[in-house]
Amino acid sequence: MTVFLQNLINALQWGSFYALIAIGYSMVYSILMLFNFAHGDIFMTGSYIGFGVATALIALSATGMLALPNWLILVLTVLFSMVLTSFLGMFIERVGYRPLRDAPRASAAITGLMIGIILETGNLILLGAQRVKFPALVEPVTYDLGGVFVTNQKIMIVVVSLSLALALHQFIRRTKWGMAMRAMAFDYAVVPLMGVPINKIAAMTFALGSGLAAAAGILFGVAYPVLDPYMGIVFGWKAFVAAILGGRGSILGATLAGFILGFIEIFVAMVFPSTLRDFIAYSIILLILVFRPYGLFGEPYSVRLRL
Amino acid sequence: MTLLSIENLRVSYENIKALHGLDFQIEEGEIVCIIGANGAGKSTTLRAISRMVKPEAGTRMTLQDKNLLDYSADRVVSELGVSHVPEGRRLFENLTVTENLKLATFARRDADRVGADLKRMFKLFPRLEERQNQKAGTMSGGEQQMLAVARAYMSGRRMMLLDEPSMGLAPLLMMSMFKALKEINAEGTTILLVEQNARLALQFAQRGYVIENGRLVLAGRSQELLENAEVKKAYLGG
Repeated sequence: MTVFLQNLINALQWGSFYALIAIGYSMVYSILMLFNFAHGDIFMTGSYIGFGVATALIALSATGMLALPNWLILVLTVLFSMVLTSFLGMFIERVGYRPLRDAPRASAAITGLMIGIILETGNLILLGAQRVKFPALVEPVTYDLGGVFVTNQKIMIVVVSLSLALALHQFIRRTKWGMAMRAMAFDYAVVPLMGVPINKIAAMTFALGSGLAAAAGILFGVAYPVLDPYMGIVFGWKAFVAAILGGRGSILGATLAGFILGFIEIFVAMVFPSTLRDFIAYSIILLILVFRPYGLFGEPYSVRLRL
Repeated sequence: MTLLSIENLRVSYENIKALHGLDFQIEEGEIVCIIGANGAGKSTTLRAISRMVKPEAGTRMTLQDKNLLDYSADRVVSELGVSHVPEGRRLFENLTVTENLKLATFARRDADRVGADLKRMFKLFPRLEERQNQKAGTMSGGEQQMLAVARAYMSGRRMMLLDEPSMGLAPLLMMSMFKALKEINAEGTTILLVEQNARLALQFAQRGYVIENGRLVLAGRSQELLENAEVKKAYLGG
């Protein structure tokens, strides 16, 4: 039982990363009919931006001009990095995807892969091939709950991820921007006839998705402080799977699917040799998709994509 | 006073010419219809005006003193007040009635008038008020058509472009829909509609154009067109 609970807690943390990345994948996919295959690398870049911001803030604090406690550095790092990565996302949309709005979807997919390669290579050129260490900003505290160990980091990661997912869900449900996004997810081509500037909605979609990916990147850096330029690839693919599993256009679906993916991976590794983990985990996902091909919470949308 | 002026409107899809140079004008406050067979270019004409398809070089389209070609599709609606009820209604079926109507006011600058306009539409179409929290996709065809018109009104009501508003409606619903449109027009909205149901359109509009294979072949007062031998033969069933 304690083993089970311990794994459950680990799975919650692991699922948090998938969930936050999957949300951005899912949003772009449903609102813009686009698989943003660079999304995993945006997560990676967000993590590195976080590394840069945190390092700068620590250096600033060390000069004594502005003594910042570690928790404040972490909060500022998350906020700054989310904003900066949002701008990166908007830039990618503007330069990479917007010119391809009416191009075949395969062109956009290839562009996405290329953008990913540019982000990875750009990182290598800037920082070199060695891995970097994410600064330790959260003094680890471990709580022993009857043999089950929970760290303050894990609690923070899960709480922050869930809060961001819920906040975004509310944004989509309640604001006029969110309403425009839901409308675009249903029938993209008519939205301009409502007077809605779809380019702004597209930019906002990328900004939100990239911001959440940056948050995931920093939380990942807190839990696993070694960053490398290729860390986004596998995470990106797995989050893509979670986005599909969650269902088109559903924030909560993507979140839940992220956690489900985390659970399956962790529990498969608990029972089977960990070398078989991904093989078995993704066979299970495939099986779920056989029975629910539109994902867990797929929302209906118009099949008419052009006016 | 002339509200909309179209000169030499040409549109091609891929390599197929859809419109071969249309010329027409619409006066402020008018109801004008374009009638023609399926595929003649009726919907394309409306799409060109609302900037959803790109016309070829040489086309001139002005709304009073504004060059329509300077405006993107969303700004035609939000800045020039030209709304478009597209073919097949195209409601956001995953949004509620109220959300559909509110979305249409996304970029409106006169936020203080939105409430009054919403009231006006609920008065014109009481069914919509009853169903305001219902998803648009769960309503009947007639109710959906009401919502499509109300949504267009909310987005911009200087001029309304209507693509086959009678499609799929039972005769009684059709009549009440056109009655509502007359009311909207009487309050100052200029209306351009395209219809396959020529008789209905000509009874409703003051003037009409006949479009064939991407060309306007006839124009005139509705009464003249209704009595025109060719129109009778081709569009009014003898």
